[in-house]
Amino acid sequence: MIDVADNAELIRLTAAEMAAKLRAGEITSVELTQAHLDRIEAVDGGEKGLNAYIHVSGEEALATAAEVDAIRSAGGAEAEALHPLAGVPIAVKDLIVTTGQPTTAGSKMLEGWMSPYDATVVEKIRTAKLPILGKTNLDEFAMGSSTEHSAYGVTRNPWNIERIPGGSGGGSAAAVAAFEAPLALGTDTGGSIRQPGAVTGTVGTKPTYGSVSRYGAIAMASSLDQIGPVARTTEDAALLHELIAGHDPKDSTSLPDEVPAFGEASRNQSVEGLRIGVIRQLQGEGYQSGVLARFQESLDALKAAGAEIVEVDCTSFEYALGAYYLIMPSEASSNLARFDGVRYGTRVTPEEGPLTIERVMGATRAAGFGEEVKRRIILGTYALSAGYYDAYYGSAQKVRTLIQRDFDAAFETADVLISPTSPVVAFPLGEKLDDPLAMYLNDVATIPANLAGIPGISVPGGLAADESGAELPVGIQFLAPAREDARVYQAAGALEKLLNDGSQPLWAQIPELESQEA
Amino acid sequence: MTDTIAEAEPLSYEEALERFDPVLGFEVHVELNTVTKMFSSAPNAFGDDPNTNVNPVCLGLPGTLPVVNGTAVESAIRLGLALNCRIAESCRFARKQYFYPDTPKNWQTSQYDEPIAYDGYLDVELDDGEIFRVEIERAHMEEDAGKLTHAGTSGRIQGADYSLVDYNRSGVPLIEIVTKPIVGAGERAPEIARAYVSAVRDIVKGLDISDARMERGNVRCDANVSLMPKGSTEFGTRSETKNVNSMRAVEHAVTYEIRRHAGVLSSGGSIVQETRHWQETSRTTTSGRPKSDADDYRYFPEPDLVPVVTTQDWIERLRAELPEPPAERRRRLRETWGYADKEFRDVVAADLLDEIEETVEKGASPAVARKWWMGEISRLANARDLDPAALGVAPATIIELNSLIEAGRINDKIARQVLEFHVDGEGSPEAIVEARGLEVVSDDGALSAAVEKAMEENPDVVEKVKGGKLKAIGALIGPVMKETKGQADAGKVREIVLEKLGIEG
Amino acid sequence: MSDISRADVEHLAKLAHISMTEHELEKMAGELAVIVDSVKTVADAVSSAAVSGDVPATSHPLPLTNVFREDVVGEVFTAEQSLSNAPDAEDGRFKVPAILDEESEQGPALRGPAAGEGSER
Repeated sequence: MIDVADNAELIRLTAAEMAAKLRAGEITSVELTQAHLDRIEAVDGGEKGLNAYIHVSGEEALATAAEVDAIRSAGGAEAEALHPLAGVPIAVKDLIVTTGQPTTAGSKMLEGWMSPYDATVVEKIRTAKLPILGKTNLDEFAMGSSTEHSAYGVTRNPWNIERIPGGSGGGSAAAVAAFEAPLALGTDTGGSIRQPGAVTGTVGTKPTYGSVSRYGAIAMASSLDQIGPVARTTEDAALLHELIAGHDPKDSTSLPDEVPAFGEASRNQSVEGLRIGVIRQLQGEGYQSGVLARFQESLDALKAAGAEIVEVDCTSFEYALGAYYLIMPSEASSNLARFDGVRYGTRVTPEEGPLTIERVMGATRAAGFGEEVKRRIILGTYALSAGYYDAYYGSAQKVRTLIQRDFDAAFETADVLISPTSPVVAFPLGEKLDDPLAMYLNDVATIPANLAGIPGISVPGGLAADESGAELPVGIQFLAPAREDARVYQAAGALEKLLNDGSQPLWAQIPELESQEA
Repeated sequence: MTDTIAEAEPLSYEEALERFDPVLGFEVHVELNTVTKMFSSAPNAFGDDPNTNVNPVCLGLPGTLPVVNGTAVESAIRLGLALNCRIAESCRFARKQYFYPDTPKNWQTSQYDEPIAYDGYLDVELDDGEIFRVEIERAHMEEDAGKLTHAGTSGRIQGADYSLVDYNRSGVPLIEIVTKPIVGAGERAPEIARAYVSAVRDIVKGLDISDARMERGNVRCDANVSLMPKGSTEFGTRSETKNVNSMRAVEHAVTYEIRRHAGVLSSGGSIVQETRHWQETSRTTTSGRPKSDADDYRYFPEPDLVPVVTTQDWIERLRAELPEPPAERRRRLRETWGYADKEFRDVVAADLLDEIEETVEKGASPAVARKWWMGEISRLANARDLDPAALGVAPATIIELNSLIEAGRINDKIARQVLEFHVDGEGSPEAIVEARGLEVVSDDGALSAAVEKAMEENPDVVEKVKGGKLKAIGALIGPVMKETKGQADAGKVREIVLEKLGIEG
Repeated sequence: MSDISRADVEHLAKLAHISMTEHELEKMAGELAVIVDSVKTVADAVSSAAVSGDVPATSHPLPLTNVFREDVVGEVFTAEQSLSNAPDAEDGRFKVPAILDEESEQGPALRGPAAGEGSER
């Protein structure tokens, strides 16, 4: 029996440290997994619990852990062949399908649905033998920036439980920040990995489009979606990215490239001579002063470490949000058409009137989808409908070209680009729930990368006070050209080291949570 | 408010054609015979238990993604080339969105403004050998839908209590061939319609890209008809008759629609733009669904698939591999075989070109090959309700039967029996003749005795023959056959009679 | 302010197969108008003087082409697996209430623009 103090230490290790201790035989995967399950038990449930998980799969996780322990204790070739992260537990965003565990996408529409197949990334995780702790909460079908649009309750920010954890991947970010998991998978369509990372003081990467297979990630906007890693450190994110990346013949948009050594890039930590471009359009108006202050400090630190700071102009970013909020709902309105109560998921029969399939579909989609999802479906249906296509969807696709051109030009003068990840720190729960436009503005800095398909990372940049005086994490975003994901790990690793110099890492400074155990 | 006449008694075909010129258009859907589906690796197979040829992708499960079947793309290019089309340098797939329970994603992956093949033509041969050119607008790739079964008293969609869905067909690769408006068909419109569908079927069969069985829905046709008053060049309102799925039905449907349109227009009415349903039993069409503003398919480029880009090398390689076009092949075969026009047309109509060609290649004369395939094999097949080709008679069997006849070991009548025994599984002709003792009696002793007996019993016949009426010998052949249980050679009998009577034959 | 009426939303909801109450239609019309107003600047962006020449559309962030699959059978479900999540089933098939739209009994492959109609957008 491990005592509570040991457990507290165990879950506060980085994934890389956990992996090293597992390999050295200092801890077992069962101990490690159980410690996380205990933590989930302690902080996730109850009225003021984080609610980072929709589903916890303790039994399955412990079985995988025991398997890893058995292989390791037997030694020999099989133990040698274990993946470096084998035995390190992981949480999976509930948008990614898993056999043996329900997948809800945060929607009533899929309540009780059991996928008969595993997502490619889940297959990779199972092959590498990382115990899957459970499925994390999200805005319904990943539509939102606060994880308040989940049919399974809001997720709270472990830095301040009256604040949002970001979204859509608030569950994964909160779980990792609160030591309910050392690693997690997220999906990023317009910032759903990076923005939650920023507001929870964690690290999240949106890989180059096509770097990680999308097979098994329930699609919101096919041309924007990417699965990516969530962790507390850049190195941990890089190691998980390495594990899930690679060509997948089941995804036609998957790149046929070799997976670079992201872990190594994250440990390089040098910015000597690195040209870092500050995007003029991603600062100033709409950005909180505290956020801008931390951003400036990061620039100063990078410059002091030998980086060359340059300014770049990306004038078409002005239209990025507009293009995003046309392309995303258009594709989403189509991708979500399959939820009709015929083959799987919820079926709702109208209470009165004739029983026809058309009316059942209408009632099913009315009851199964939440308000934000319906809003986007209707918006997307509008943008694609006859007579509007050219002005809306067509123009948005052209803006995409303009944004790519801006990035191409920027990357002529800079090796990586930098900006705050989110214009604001975590805002109070409920504050923007009735104002969709204000909610959409949270994604203003993260969206351009999705439109252009380039990689981006968010790393902690310290704490800043908002108007109310609450001190909350700030995220710094690095962007790199497509297929140059290694560069964002190098830059983020360097900044992390610079900011941690002489102090505890931000993630370790999180206030202790009250136990919710009955 | 005035009522517009939309229904009237159809005019006679002749009268219709006196007043109007028909304009036709066809959309033919060809189901490919690939091993797997268009966008998923589930089997493309017909007739299996419901929902057993599916996987997560063709069931449209959340999170699944399509991947294009490369063989289907090559099939589409080959068909495009055979239809004399231009092949797109680059083309994309698009989502065509509508909700229907047989469509698992509630969109059909198709091609919209970027078809893989476009601007082609097909020369179709009419019954009298005249060639009519049909212009092809486009040929594009798409996927089929699942199959609905309607439960309830009618078995049809109208009045059904509920429906059952089998997704085995969902995702089967389709190529849709769309013609440009066909003008100038005149009174031959129905014949052109049949000949066009027949020519498309021959082409896909020749390319071996489809099983091309219309009764299974491998080739499906929508026929569009509109009329222009004689002398006008402005197209009238079109009706679209769906799922006319046999050659004969295509011909009848076009005939009926021309008569119906003419009836309505002649009564001062106007044609409603709508889909029509073909009714096989009454050989008429019935009103379907009107085209409405609600038909907003919200097409957009399929973001889960990447463009198909063709290179000149690729296209030329596929072009070089194309088989001889069916029309050219028919001309060549007719010339080499030397059949009369009617004989050749019958062979084509019976769909036995392949079989006869192979039999001739194996060494039979064209006449012998035709005699067997169009004769006894077709008769046996017909009696068993099978296609002649499905009877399982190999060209080698025909050669063997024929050499038995030529060697005088069996006669024609016995040969036909041997064929039937063969079809029933009794083995090779040689073995059957052996086992059943069917060899012609050529032993002169036995035959001579039988002839003698017949001559004795029919003195009047013998007298006639002696008197120079050699045809009368026929009357002796019957009794001889009876005596020898049919195993006598008629020629030989004649020889013996003449010899016995000392007459020079 | 974009002109999106309750009737427009009703039409869109019908296309999207989402039943909506009067109240929902009204509310959605208001929200949609605000959102559309803020996103429609994209049309100005591509026609602005700052952009010289015709701007091609980007539908894929990275330009891959010709991704094909070998024509070989892969994973196949049993009927039981296929129907494992079905809300209703009978005789190995998915069961659905009566279909009113008699558009096609042989599959929607046969729906769509007619021959000679062209493909305008």
